[in-house]
Amino acid sequence: MSQTVAAGATHAVHGHHEELGFWRTYIFSMDHKMIGRQFLFLGLFMLIIGGLLAMMVRWQLAWPETPVPGLSAIPEPYMYEGIIPPQTYNALFTMHATIMIFFVVMPIMVGCYGNFLIPLMIGTRDMAFPLLNMLSFWVGAVAGVIMLSSFFVVGGPAAAGWTGYATLSAKAAYTGVGMGQNLWIISLLVLGISSLMGSINYITTIVNMRAPGMTYFRMPLTVWSLFVTAILLLLALPVLTAALAMLLFDRTLGTSFFLPEGGGQPLLWQHMFWFFGHPEVYILVLPAMGVTSDLLSTFSRKPIFGYHAMAFSMIAIAFLSWIVWGHHMFISGMNPLLGTAFMMTTMVIAVPSAIKVFNWLGTLWGGNIRLTSPMLFALGFVSNFLIGGLSGIFMASTPVDIFIHDTYYIVAHFHYVVAGIIFALFAAVYYWFPKMFGRMMSEPLGKIHFALTYLFFNLTFFPMHFLGVGGHMRRIYNPTQYEFLQPLQDWNVFITISALLLGLSQVPFLINFIWSLFGGKKAERNPWQANTLEWSAPTPPPHGNFEVQPTVYRGPYEYSSPEVKEDWLPQDKPLAKGAAVRGH
Amino acid sequence: MLERLRIFPDQASTIAGEVDTLYLFLIGMSTFFVALIFGLVIYFAAKYRRRSVNEVPPPVRTDLRLEIAWTVIPLVLVLISFAWGAQLFVTMGQAPAGAMEIHAVGRQWMWKFQHPSGGREINQLHVPVGIPIKILLASEDVIHSFFVPAFRVKMDVVPGKYTSAWFEATMEGEFHLFCAEYCGTQHSGMIGRVVVMKPVDYQRWLSDQASGEPLAVGGERLFQQRGCATCHRTSDGPTGPALHGLFGRRVQLQSGDSVVADESYIRESVLNPNAKITEGYQPIMPTFQGQLSEEGLHQMIAYIKSLSGPAEGRKAP
Repeated sequence: MSQTVAAGATHAVHGHHEELGFWRTYIFSMDHKMIGRQFLFLGLFMLIIGGLLAMMVRWQLAWPETPVPGLSAIPEPYMYEGIIPPQTYNALFTMHATIMIFFVVMPIMVGCYGNFLIPLMIGTRDMAFPLLNMLSFWVGAVAGVIMLSSFFVVGGPAAAGWTGYATLSAKAAYTGVGMGQNLWIISLLVLGISSLMGSINYITTIVNMRAPGMTYFRMPLTVWSLFVTAILLLLALPVLTAALAMLLFDRTLGTSFFLPEGGGQPLLWQHMFWFFGHPEVYILVLPAMGVTSDLLSTFSRKPIFGYHAMAFSMIAIAFLSWIVWGHHMFISGMNPLLGTAFMMTTMVIAVPSAIKVFNWLGTLWGGNIRLTSPMLFALGFVSNFLIGGLSGIFMASTPVDIFIHDTYYIVAHFHYVVAGIIFALFAAVYYWFPKMFGRMMSEPLGKIHFALTYLFFNLTFFPMHFLGVGGHMRRIYNPTQYEFLQPLQDWNVFITISALLLGLSQVPFLINFIWSLFGGKKAERNPWQANTLEWSAPTPPPHGNFEVQPTVYRGPYEYSSPEVKEDWLPQDKPLAKGAAVRGH
Repeated sequence: MLERLRIFPDQASTIAGEVDTLYLFLIGMSTFFVALIFGLVIYFAAKYRRRSVNEVPPPVRTDLRLEIAWTVIPLVLVLISFAWGAQLFVTMGQAPAGAMEIHAVGRQWMWKFQHPSGGREINQLHVPVGIPIKILLASEDVIHSFFVPAFRVKMDVVPGKYTSAWFEATMEGEFHLFCAEYCGTQHSGMIGRVVVMKPVDYQRWLSDQASGEPLAVGGERLFQQRGCATCHRTSDGPTGPALHGLFGRRVQLQSGDSVVADESYIRESVLNPNAKITEGYQPIMPTFQGQLSEEGLHQMIAYIKSLSGPAEGRKAP
């Protein structure tokens, strides 16, 4: 801490270590690492809420109109002695999806890991705009409070689906939800501001603040993925914000952007929503891909296979993600010619995704694989993404999509993709926990968590394909109303039991997380013997991150390099001429 | 094969078999890749797992030939899927000429149907087997979606515009009709059925219906009541063009564009007359927004169509 550092190229970044009070350290912190932790806790808290909502949805689908255990205290008209009425059911699936997408995956993958990792991985002391960063979290937290407060207003929370299709969402009379839907809109508007602040910060930081020697093509793929994600966020969110503002005006000021009786177009909402919504899918999944790439390389003790192909395929996905939104609207009555064009682009976007999967395989090939908890979860993500990506091709194929659209096939597909991201999310938690909190998580508990989660995830979501092909629509309150779906009801029961067990499988994680936070083994600086810069910083990194400004000499994946004896070679480790060379 | 039949609903339309064949092709392709990649992940994880601390793998460098192979092969496969799907999509998108037309209105939470000769029904749709049926869809409130799983047909019903779906049933019987687009509190209860009958039975069923007034007749009455005939006469007048022979014709607009007079154009011209002004006329027509129900509009359109001569097949067989 008191080493003498040559002035000029490197400078001490740990000099001014003034003591900040409790509020400035833990609550209104401007330190990117604390903000990252705050996003993590926000996301994990919301994950519990979103998960419980899903359990209620599943209960109703398996055992319709029977009392949900333990919920008899919820008053009418929201519940009838534990029985979920249709209005509440519709609110449950709406809020489940909204919370999972906007308040779990985005805060954790983008908010937490974007914040925590970008400065550490590119070798700088903090984000470009620390104050903006703090505001980004607190504005996001306010959005979360607004969203949760909608559970407590008259009429209940939003019930127009997370997609909020007009005209259903544009008039209170159509869903019977007044204030709750308005709060949903306002919350997402506010969240949009938070994400915009974050993305501006990420882009500026990555462009301007990379350590000496950290060229773009020496950045870890995690940073690449967050960079591309931030650009997508910056460009996609304003479209959603505009659509939400128009919807709010339609609901409260009497405009008719989406209402045909005043000359509006209901389909305008769908175009705007999906123009945002499809890039949004990649906003969620790209960071997961980046994290997975880093973890597979680290735990295979091998350079990532096709680094440039990986970076360019992310850029290709980002470009293509702007011209595929129409595949959400094949049955909306669009011109068939336009539909064919969207079918083409959607088919083509499968190619860069396939490139990523094959490069991951290439990374494993011939490696020296350590099956740690983070590695297992990263492999779990690959497996989910593979299934989710392949089932996406069925939706790209319009004639098949016409049949499976709005059925459980779609529900299966996007849970394999979006809920599949949870695997990358857990992988990231297990992997960076030592750096974030200075302690190791328990490996045995992590492996139990993985085995149970992987098993019940697949038992929950895979059978949904069967329901979908059988014609089971999504968002229906009571499948037993349909004589036609009777033969499939056993699957619904099976899925619900699996989902409940999937929920219970998270108990080992909660125990592990909380216990390790206080009682875990103290982590060393570089417990995984990884190359990227965050592992060169002290554990946990102090304010300012590095003891000395790191200089980068090579790419992030020099594992098992013949130049050194060890099987890892950190990005910032200078190699003296004639250094020890491993005999080979 | 038995396994497959258990999962798929009946194949009861001309296109159902083709959709299922394409589906099975995609299943085959996906199964191959899932097996390949899962197999390799498990094989690699076992073969290359770390055995001792000091073990160092031999360097494997990126191989450009591999990168090209796993870019080009998926590309070719998705292009095949595209070509196959696009060809079927075009067939599915265009109702055959001479299809029998049935008008449908979706509302929270029921389906209403009007047959060309006047029969009306709610949540039930009787159709003859072996004859292409085109359903013209309108909504009174929110988006619904017309879904008959056995026919592999689904089309959104969007307020403020017309969409259409078509099918040709290949077997008699009762099939389920659902709303596939979430449409509010009782969405789950918006259930109907399609009854496919022999053409003679369909005729008998039609003649048994009490409200036997053909759509076009109801439309003509509305046309007179609303005073449309004042301006729209049998030949072009000074205040409005004649509507005889209009349907299906290309109309020259004042803006310089032209448009084919289809159902959506007529609908727009009634509800929002100033949107597309016919060349040579003044924008003086009042709007009928809020004055005609969706069913009334259907009748009016049927009447205006009838002024262009009874096209083959527009009548019930």
